[in-house]
Parts: sequence; C-alpha cells; structure tokens
Amino acid sequence: MTMVGPHSRVPVAKTYKIYIDGKFPRTESGRYFPLKDVDDQVVANLCRSSRKDFRNAVVSARKAFPNWSSASAYLRGQILYRIAEMLEGRRDQFISELVLQGLSKRRARKEVEASIDRLIYFAGWSDKYQQVFSAVNPVNSSHFNFSVLEPTGVVSILAPTGSGLLGLISNIAPVIVGGNTSVILASESMPLCSVSFAEVLHASDVPAGVVNILTGFREELTEQFATHMDVNAIIFSDDDGGVAKTIESLAANNIKRVIPRNAIDWSSEKNQNPYLIRDTQETKTTWHPIGN
Amino acid sequence: MSPTAVLKNIDFPDLNQVPLVDEVGVHERAARFQARSIKKSSKIEALRSVLSMIDLTTLEGQDTPGKVRQLCQKALHLHNALPDLPNVAAVCVYPTMVGVAREVLGDSPIKVASVATAFPSGMTPRQVKLEETRIAVAEGADEIDMVISRGAFLQGDHHFVFDEIAEIKTACGKAHLKVILETGELGTLDQVRRASMLAMHAGADFIKTSTGKIKPAATLPVTLVMLHAIRDYYYQVDRMVGMKPAGGISNSKLAIHYLIMLQETLGTSWMTSEWFRFGASSLANDVLMQLQKQASGVYQSADYFSRD
Amino acid sequence: MTSESSKLAFNDGWQYSPAPESTDHIVIDEQYGLFIDNEFVEPAEGQYFDTINPATEEFLASVALATDADVSRAVKAARKAKNGAWSKMKPADRGKYIYRIARILQERAREFSVIESLDGGKPIRESRDIDIPLSAAHFFYYAGWADKLDYAFPGRTSKPLGVVGQVIPWNFPLLMAAWKIAPALACGNTVVLKPAETTPLTAMKLAEVIRDAELPPGVVNFVTGAGDTGASIVNHPDVDKIAFTGSTEVGRIIQQSIAGTGKRYTLELGGKAANIIFADAAIDQAVEGIVNGIFFNQGHVCCAGSRLLVQESVADEVVSKLKDRMETLIVGDPLDKNTDIGAINSASQLQTIQSYLKIGEEEGAEMHQSSCVLPERGYWCRPTIFTGVSQSNRVVQEEIFGPVLAIQTFRTPEEGLEKANNTPYGLSGGVWTDKGSKIFQITKKVRAGVIWANTFNKFDPTSPFGGYKESGIGSEGGLHGLNAYVELVK
Repeated sequence: MTMVGPHSRVPVAKTYKIYIDGKFPRTESGRYFPLKDVDDQVVANLCRSSRKDFRNAVVSARKAFPNWSSASAYLRGQILYRIAEMLEGRRDQFISELVLQGLSKRRARKEVEASIDRLIYFAGWSDKYQQVFSAVNPVNSSHFNFSVLEPTGVVSILAPTGSGLLGLISNIAPVIVGGNTSVILASESMPLCSVSFAEVLHASDVPAGVVNILTGFREELTEQFATHMDVNAIIFSDDDGGVAKTIESLAANNIKRVIPRNAIDWSSEKNQNPYLIRDTQETKTTWHPIGN
Repeated sequence: MSPTAVLKNIDFPDLNQVPLVDEVGVHERAARFQARSIKKSSKIEALRSVLSMIDLTTLEGQDTPGKVRQLCQKALHLHNALPDLPNVAAVCVYPTMVGVAREVLGDSPIKVASVATAFPSGMTPRQVKLEETRIAVAEGADEIDMVISRGAFLQGDHHFVFDEIAEIKTACGKAHLKVILETGELGTLDQVRRASMLAMHAGADFIKTSTGKIKPAATLPVTLVMLHAIRDYYYQVDRMVGMKPAGGISNSKLAIHYLIMLQETLGTSWMTSEWFRFGASSLANDVLMQLQKQASGVYQSADYFSRD
Repeated sequence: MTSESSKLAFNDGWQYSPAPESTDHIVIDEQYGLFIDNEFVEPAEGQYFDTINPATEEFLASVALATDADVSRAVKAARKAKNGAWSKMKPADRGKYIYRIARILQERAREFSVIESLDGGKPIRESRDIDIPLSAAHFFYYAGWADKLDYAFPGRTSKPLGVVGQVIPWNFPLLMAAWKIAPALACGNTVVLKPAETTPLTAMKLAEVIRDAELPPGVVNFVTGAGDTGASIVNHPDVDKIAFTGSTEVGRIIQQSIAGTGKRYTLELGGKAANIIFADAAIDQAVEGIVNGIFFNQGHVCCAGSRLLVQESVADEVVSKLKDRMETLIVGDPLDKNTDIGAINSASQLQTIQSYLKIGEEEGAEMHQSSCVLPERGYWCRPTIFTGVSQSNRVVQEEIFGPVLAIQTFRTPEEGLEKANNTPYGLSGGVWTDKGSKIFQITKKVRAGVIWANTFNKFDPTSPFGGYKESGIGSEGGLHGLNAYVELVK
C-alpha cells in the first residue's frame, strides 16, 4: 500500500466479498487469498470460497430457478438492459479495477465498453432467440406439434481466466437471458471485477439467486462445480490441459451438459451470437390433437 | 307432477358429469378395431352374428304394401341355398306399413320395427308424435324407432327432449323403444355422448345413431362414443341398453369391425340381437355373399342373391 | 363407480381365429458377417453369436461378433468414405442416396416388419404400422435436408463432424437405426453403427438396402456385437462423435469414457414419465392414452408413461376402466395381426421385469394383471398395474422397461406437477385435461423434452425428441436433430 502524505485524504479500501442469494457474505470458511498487482503489491484480499459456499450458492440458484425461468422474456430483457445501464454508470470503477489487475488504461476502457455493449446485445435477444430456434413441426397426423427452448436449469460456470470482466459477462449473459440461474467461479487471476459486477447486478433488479459469484481457487472448486447433482450444466473456459477430462468425467454423475469454451476471443464481436444462449437450453416438443 | 315423474327409474341426468370426448383419440381407437383381422371360423361366426342383428329396412316415400311384402319375404327367405341361416332381427318400416309387415311376418321370430315421431325430422307437435307411436304399436309394431328433437337439443332445451322421450316410451307400452340421435346433426362427439345419456335416462331401450337420411350416418367413432355412454350408464344404473348403428354400413367387413368394437367395449353380453342391431338395407346380401364364399370357397356375384 | 371387479365380460364369447402374418416370403441368412465397405465380411476373430426369436426361443441366425480390430476396420472404411466420395459429392446428390434408402424401405416394408417382429418380439401391427413406415419416413425427411443445411443454422455455416459412432437399443431396432443414420448422412457424416445384440437382423437387412441403393462404400457400416463392441466404438480414437440410445447407466459410462477426448456426443437415455390425468379430461381417451403409454411395444419404450398420476376424484373410475380395457389386450404371437402385446425382448429383460413385480409386491403395492393366457414357450409378461404406491416405492422411481404401470393419485395441479417432476429423469410426460389454459400451464412446467397433451407415444420425423436431466443430452428428429451432426463454423 502506498503511503499517504499529511495533506491527502486516507482512501477507503474496498472489501471484496462474494455474492450468494442476493447477499454479500464473506466465505463461510473465513479464508482469503491476496491479489497482487504487477509490482507484487497486495491489491486486495479476496474470499477463498469453500465447497459449502458453492453448495449454498447452488441452493439459492435452484430456489431462484422457477420464477426466473418463467419470468417473461420482456422482463428478462429489461433486467439485462438495466445491468448494462448500471455498468455504464460505473465505468470508471471497472476501468480502474482492470488497470489494477494489469491492463493498460486503453485496453481497460475498451473492455468495459465492450462488456456494456455485450449486455445490450444479449438483452436484445431475450425475446428473439425463441423465435429463431423454435419450430412448428408439420407432423403426419392430426396434431399440433411445436418445439420451444426451455432453460436447462442451474448452470455452473468456471469463468475465463484472462478476461476479468468481458469474459465473465459474455458467459453469464447468455445463460441468464435464457432463464437459467447460475453459480460462477470468477477468474482466479482477475477476480476484482466479478465482485464489483455482483454489486451492479444487485442494483439492477436481478432477483436473488439468479447469479451467484464466488471467488477462489479453481483447483479447489472444479470438482464441486462438476459433480453437484443439482447442477444441470457446466460451462468451463480456458482449459489448461486435463481439466476437460476431469470435468466431463465428473459431470457424468448426473448427465450434466458440458460446455467447453476454449480459446475464445471475447473481444471480437464475431464471437457473440445466440448459439451461446442455445448452449444452455433444452428443446421441449409438445403434441396436441386437433379436433372437435 | 311432471309427466315423467310417474315413470320408474327415470332421473334427469346431470349432463355436466358426462365425460368429454377427444375426437382424435376416438378416431385413433376406432382405427385400431379396423386393424383387427378376422379369419376362418371366427369370420363365419361373425357373419352369422351380423346377419342376426340386421334390421332390414325400407324407409322411402315411394314405399308400397307390395314393396314391404317383398322385403318381408326376403327376411323370411334370406338365401335358400344356404341352410341353417339365422334370421335377421327385424324389418323396419314406416307406421303405415306396419300392418302389412305384421301380416307377412306373422308368428316368425322376426320383429316388426316402425319408425315414428315424424321420422326423419321429428318436426311435429308432441301429441301427433304420441298418437303416431300408439298407432304403430296398435298395428303390431314390436319396436319403435323414434327421433329426438335435435333443434331443441341443440338449443339447450334438454328437458324438452328428455320429457319427449319419456312420454314416447310410455306410449310404446310393451314395444321396445329405440331412440335415434341423428348424430350427423349434433355437430360434435361431446353432444353425441350427452344425447346418449339423456336418451338412456329417459328410458331408451336402444340408442341409435341415425335416420339414414342425413350424412354422415353411422360411423365407427360415433358408435364408439355411444358404446362408451352405454357402458357408463350400465355401471351407474345397472341397466343394459342396446345399440343400433344405422346408415352407411353396407359391407360385411365394416359390419365385422363394428362387432369387434362392440365386443372389446361392452363385452360378450352385448353380442346378440337383443342388444345390438344394424340398421341397413344392402348389408344382408353382402353378408350372404360372404357366407356363400366361405361355404364354397368361390368369390360370389350379386346376380345370384335376391334383391328386394 | 367402483373399482371392484368388472361387470363386463370380455373373454367368454367370440374368439378371433389366429391371423398370422405370412413368413413364406422372408429370407434370413443362416449367418451374417459385418457390413463394411458395402460388403458382408468375416469378423477378424471368426466369432459369431446367435439371435433368437423371443416368442419361440428358436434360433433365427448367427451374427458376427465384432472385436476391436473389426471396429477399427469399419472406422477406417468410414474415414476413407468421409474424406473421399461422400465429401466430394454435391449435397443434393447425398440427399438422393438417402431418398433411395427411404424408397427401398417402403418397397420392402412388409419384409422388414416381419423380421422386426421375429427378432424383437414386437407385434406385427406395430412393426407394420409404426416402426417400418416411420423409419422410411425418417430417411425421407432427412434426405431433403442434405442440400438445405444453410437454412437450418441462421447466421452460421455448418460442416460435418466426420465419422460418427452410433450404438442403438433393441426396442425399436430399425427405427433407431433410421433416427441415427438419416440425419448423420444428411449432414455429410459417415457412420459406424452397432445394433443391439438381441435385434441385429433388420440392421443386416438395412445393410442390403444400403448396398442396393449403391451408397459409396464405407458411408454406412454395421458392426454387430454386445457391450464390448459398443465400448470399442466409443473409445476408438478416430471416431468424432458418439450417438447413443440406451440406459442412463451406460450413457453415464460413455460420458465418462470419452471425457477429455473432444468427441461430441448425444445421449438418449432412460425415463420414468408421468402421465397426468385431470378430472376434467376426456376420460375414455385418457384410458386409451394410458394403455398406449405403457403397453405399447411391451413397455419397452424409454418414453413410456410408466407412472400414472390421476386426480383423486376420478381415480376409481379411471382404474376401473383401465382394468376393463386391459382385459381386451391380446397377448401372444407377435406375428398374429391381432396381437396387442408381443413377447418380452429377451430372457434377461423378462427377469428384470419379474424382479420388479416382486419388488412392487414386497413394497406393499397392490398388483393387478389382466387374465390373458400366455403361450408356453417364449418370454411373456401380462399387462400389469400397481396401485397403492407412493413416490418412495422403487416401482415408482426406477425404469422397469416392461408392461408395468405404477398408479398414484394427486389432488391439486401443484401436487400432480410436483410428483411428475420428482425424478432424475426428464424424457417425456403426458397431460390430460380439456382445459386449454391448464394444458399450457402443465406442459410448460413438466421438466421433460417431449410432452404429449391429450395423446401419448406419438412420433414423427419432423418432431424433435430428447431428454432433460438424466434422460439424455441433445435432440433427435426434426430441425433440431441436425444440431447433433454438425459443427458450426464461422
């Protein structure tokens, strides 16, 4: 920490906590890990979340699922747009956090702006992806038959490691715009924005439990993310070799959907598309007779 | 006291309790009966049953005593080349022809059935319908085939229809009452099921699909719905009611499908002419041709079977 | 209405004479090799196994047992075809080959129906009216997609995955082969498929069709065998995608064994579907739907309506009508055109079903079976219902895969839904009510991939089919079924 001269104000440092069920607890384990900047200075102490934190987060996500999945597309779109608005208002904070974590000011600004735009992008899909991916199926009998998408359920996300805000948002937005609820493990090396983003979510009418954000160690939590029987899908990013095998193998526990997202350049607009939403959607086909 | 209250066992049904019908499901079920394959001895048995269940019918404006006599003769002598044939169940005629039919059929087991109640439309005052019924019975009819007042039924005046059936039933005396719903005019299978319940509760001994003057007449799906109603009524009231599909059943194969449906819906107790009839004019000859084919092994020509 | 014994009599009168489908035009070889590169070839280790008729326990044919070497040979053939003729062909021509398969299947439909019933035990009425025509229709449907894939994935371009390994079950042998092969080919992949060990024969006949349709050698290859052969396909390094239909147990093993390989996979697994009957339903059609839901194909159906949830106020009526209806089900010779329920597919499956009947009774459930007479030889099970069961009973929780129905009651829509969703499975569900808004409410809230409202067990090539939760991953059929066989690029 830098020394403060006699005439300057003593800054108030931020406590970075985790986000579970719409609240900001510290990890129940009481553990922490220090985040250091490029000069090896401690920037902040972050919660080293435990299995129990994850378990609590899943409970919250499951509880939030019925209402969030049946909320109207319009409302979900409004809420995602609201998140973008809130983020826009706090641009500077996010830029400085990214700079603290090693980005240049220019790159940091670009990432924050792209993050805001990405939220707007997915907010706009909320009432459209259904129309693109649904179908009325012309069956060969006197039945009306249609297929629609429905959210997979509770999705656990191991966020991209190298893109602390944009990568995080690019993975959360398509999951929740589609009506899923989520538990995220933030980037271990760039976790600051995830906690601040939770504060944005908190101020954006996102119902408690829809997004839960943990900070901590991948190595410690991956197994939990992959095995939990009440998690329906797992998204993982930036496989550093071997983790895919572990995750896919453990996910078989309850036939989890496994969505690997490796080496995706989230800053490219080419990599934003509604197929990211479809990744955590199921197809439901309904039949009904046509008659008097 | 309403005119119906004096009748025994009569209760106006709660039509809201009548189960609804899904048309597609009924058609699918009916198609399953048609997928059955009836061969060899079971076919001969079925053909003989069909024959015994036929109400040989002539209901034309041009009917004359001569025509009715011929039809009765046909009923008495279906096909002399085939020995031991069962009788048809009845000859069905207009009220003015009942006397003629009675005279020709005499003491034979073949019943005389008469349509009544301003068949086929039923559009006449109730007193006239009652009088017509009494006359037909007095002339010797064993069975009366009445039509319901479809207009009143569709209008929602179920009590009118109920009372009318009950009064006709009284007017029938000992004669059996078949109640024609004219399903082709009721619009939906839900209405068919309600009308079936109404007719049975009002005293029908048989319920019958059609006059034969309106299309569609009898179909497997509509008959299935009526059989379901008969089954429900039997479980609820413990009284067997007969079923008569009429109109459009002109070949043996289709008639056998009706029998399959009957057996698999109401069971074996209904498989006699006491509880099941076909209202048909050309079915008998087709059945006879099939029976002759079964006996001789040779496919038949209509030229060898008398047409009256 | 009481649920006491029936007032109606069904079995004491007119009996239908036997009406067997003729088999004199059917040719089944004594022995079948593996179908690789459009030829039947000897298995490397020269081993064969028998397939029998489950209705008579008589030998039908012996079939090659494929080992790792054989699977490798088939994969190699498929890879060569993928890199060669099949990829170079115009998509429209690829479609024409698939159309050919559809047409030949239609021409040879009766032959396929008879063999399907002989080998698998299903009634000829079902193989003739459902399995075989639907199989042909599936090829016909996907044939048309071959040159239209650009319209299937808005904004993206698709390319084939490569060599697809497919492992299918014994309950719908030809139909499952069609479900797997047709979309794979339409998307430009080549195939190595393993039919189930108890029902390989229609796949062998399909091999003839593929040969006669003159598909390029190696585009479709069949390797026969049991679990080891399946594992060999799943674990083969040059297979790009696995499509599996079968039990959740095996699906789990597959997901584990290909973890980290980058292989794509789709899984169609088990189910324990709830068929929910509300008091305002068209009761008689609902009863028909219950029968169709659990007794179709001897109950060997992953999407079978094996749990009946009936609203209390109509429970007695429904059960009583169901019992009457069960009396009219004809159980026996699969080749008889009047048979409703055929033979259980294998001795081991019969054993599984019987163990569940025992479990049900031991758990205190009341068992009712129809009074039909069973043939002396072969594998048979009477249509069976259990009443007096609750969510905690094993016959309610576990997939039995036989003609066995567990019946529970509920009082409110919420309670019905809660019970319906209280399962690790999520393949299908049934809802019966005449109230439109309730249909939409319930069909939306049942967590399963296929919902039949006021109908049950309907299938169509245009209609996607797939499970939620432990019932599988991915869809088959319809536009959505294409997803499983392409990679999206650009």
